[in-house]
Amino acid sequence: MAKMTIIQAITDGLRVALQEDPRVLVLGEDVGVNGGVFRATEGLQAEFGAARVVDTPLAEAGIIGSSVGLAVNGMKPIPEIQFFGFIYPAMEQIVAHVARVRMRSQGRFTCPMVIRAPYGAGIRAPELHGDSPEAFFVHQPGIKVVCPSNPYDAKGLLLAAVDSEDPVLFLEPLRIYRAFRDEVPEGRYTVELGKANVVKEGKDVSVFAWGTMLRVALEAAKLAKEKGWDVEVVDLRSLSPLDRETIAESVKKTGRAVVVHEAPKTAGLGAEIASVIQDEAFLYLEAPVVRVGGYDTPQPLFSLEDIFAPDAKRVLHGIDKAMNF
Amino acid sequence: MKQVEDHDLTKPVHERERNVTSARDGASSASAKEAATTGESAGNLVSPSDEQLLEMYRSMILVRHFDRRAVHLQRTGRLGTYAPLEGQEAAQVGCGFALDKRDWLFPTYREHGVSMVHGLPMSTVFLYWNGRPEGCIPPAGVNIFPIAVPIATQLPHAVGAAWASKLKGEDVISVGFLGDGATSEGDFHEAMNFAGVFKLPVIIFCQNNGYAISVPLSKQTAAENLASKAAGYGVEGVRIDGNDITAVYEAVKKAADKARRGDGPTFIEAVTYRFGSHTTADDHTRYRAGQEVDEWKSKDPIERLKKDLLARGLWSEEQDEAAWAEADAQVQVAIDEMQAVPPVDHNRLFDYAYAELPQHLVEQRDEMRSLYGNGGAK
Repeated sequence: MAKMTIIQAITDGLRVALQEDPRVLVLGEDVGVNGGVFRATEGLQAEFGAARVVDTPLAEAGIIGSSVGLAVNGMKPIPEIQFFGFIYPAMEQIVAHVARVRMRSQGRFTCPMVIRAPYGAGIRAPELHGDSPEAFFVHQPGIKVVCPSNPYDAKGLLLAAVDSEDPVLFLEPLRIYRAFRDEVPEGRYTVELGKANVVKEGKDVSVFAWGTMLRVALEAAKLAKEKGWDVEVVDLRSLSPLDRETIAESVKKTGRAVVVHEAPKTAGLGAEIASVIQDEAFLYLEAPVVRVGGYDTPQPLFSLEDIFAPDAKRVLHGIDKAMNF
Repeated sequence: MKQVEDHDLTKPVHERERNVTSARDGASSASAKEAATTGESAGNLVSPSDEQLLEMYRSMILVRHFDRRAVHLQRTGRLGTYAPLEGQEAAQVGCGFALDKRDWLFPTYREHGVSMVHGLPMSTVFLYWNGRPEGCIPPAGVNIFPIAVPIATQLPHAVGAAWASKLKGEDVISVGFLGDGATSEGDFHEAMNFAGVFKLPVIIFCQNNGYAISVPLSKQTAAENLASKAAGYGVEGVRIDGNDITAVYEAVKKAADKARRGDGPTFIEAVTYRFGSHTTADDHTRYRAGQEVDEWKSKDPIERLKKDLLARGLWSEEQDEAAWAEADAQVQVAIDEMQAVPPVDHNRLFDYAYAELPQHLVEQRDEMRSLYGNGGAK
């Protein structure tokens, strides 16, 4: 089995999708000759041709809007939005159409597609290269949202998303694209959409995280151990739909919960997860659910991004609040 | 808009200048015949046969009668807010007749005419305007995408579907519809640009009816006309008299043949006018002078074709009366069908939100059923 980084696992997943299904089409800005600004599509145009790995004009609404037409007429588009913070011009297409075609036409038309977008801060780039607006899309019924935290899940979730009959927003943790390698099986395998993963078992408090924040949560769990707290870390992986069962089971066991995300705290996904917990495990709670998020400010310029996004220190502070309520 | 108001209604349609202008030629009022002879606009025009003209005429009558009944149904509380199209029948019916039944349509909320010509049952159109999900489902094999309400957002879809046809090697084309106001939207620009860059088999068919709700074209754009915008995308732009059904048929047929041959997209600006309001919730007298409306009514596309057919001995007043009576009967059948549809099935709220209902929605559906029941039968 090859050891791969997240970005390599994504390229590998795209290659498998392109090999397996002639309807699959990768399209976006700079995805062809250049192999994507992060090299996620490196070599794919050379391998599959310019008709299947397509450099599009610089137009997010056009990329997503034409993907709707492509999908409705039988293709399987995998459009890339270069940075999640650049998805806003395509919001209307996603919210008004991608997510609604099936419902609107009562199943007569569908537009399965996988919208890939690198999210979050960490590359010292200008504004809007570091946003994490996943909650906007989790709020919209009709589209699924997933976010891997490691190379194995990246490829498996990507191929599961390609298989999905519903559109899927696939968020890629750009800060850790090349941070580490994991064993990634060759060829096809999938990681089921809608299933969380208990990455580390523990009995005192549950920490829920995804993508970039998963490793931050694990780091905080180590620090917590020094204080004598046994932390359970759950990688949600699927943000829509949420794996409510795994969330509830974990909290029923530990009685305490901390949710971590990079996006601003208010009306972030942590609020929904806190709500799921009080719906499903209210009588097991020993403390209020703690939310550790970005601050409620616009995403800052990168000199401030390290104090904006939660780090292990802040997550530990959150664990402390839950433990010492 | 003034360039296309010079019609002599006394002349038969087939003798009148079509006012088909290729914006790419840079000409403002060259006739199609001139354009064809200069070779600037490749391909000869295919005109509708007399039989087709008669069929199109009957179709326009049906569309108009449908439209008037729909407005009346709304006024009497039997239909929701409705967007009338009276005055635009030639643009829509002429377009519909020039297309192949396999072609894809991406309509706005005012394309009932072309949609019905293309195979959408009238009762389905009525159901849509009654807020019923069934109104978004065309029959099997009829490629009409559900109405797009947000302006211009359907145009990238048309472009994408055309792209898929091209990739699949099919000689099927897509038509994206829009009004004049939609040319101000970003999605119009992005769709036109994609269509040009990828040389896609698509027609972007604009019915310029002069107003975006209340805002006149002069406040929508500083461009002399809309067809000229196409040049900026490397797309052929054509400006036609949208009330001349023969001109519409010819322009669409030509653009469709071109697209099918693999020669790329065409933007068609069909200049027309809506006689009524934007929707039944709008009052056009607040922003349009009665005289202007009257002038356009004197250029009624149905009256115009009727005069031509009468003059050429292809039609009689008796036949005309019968055609209206037949349209009335047909529309009544569709209304009866709409009214006979059982109350909405509540499960339609959940059944198609996802391919497979997630657990939290199963729970919400079960709660809905326990509170409100299942509603009408499927």
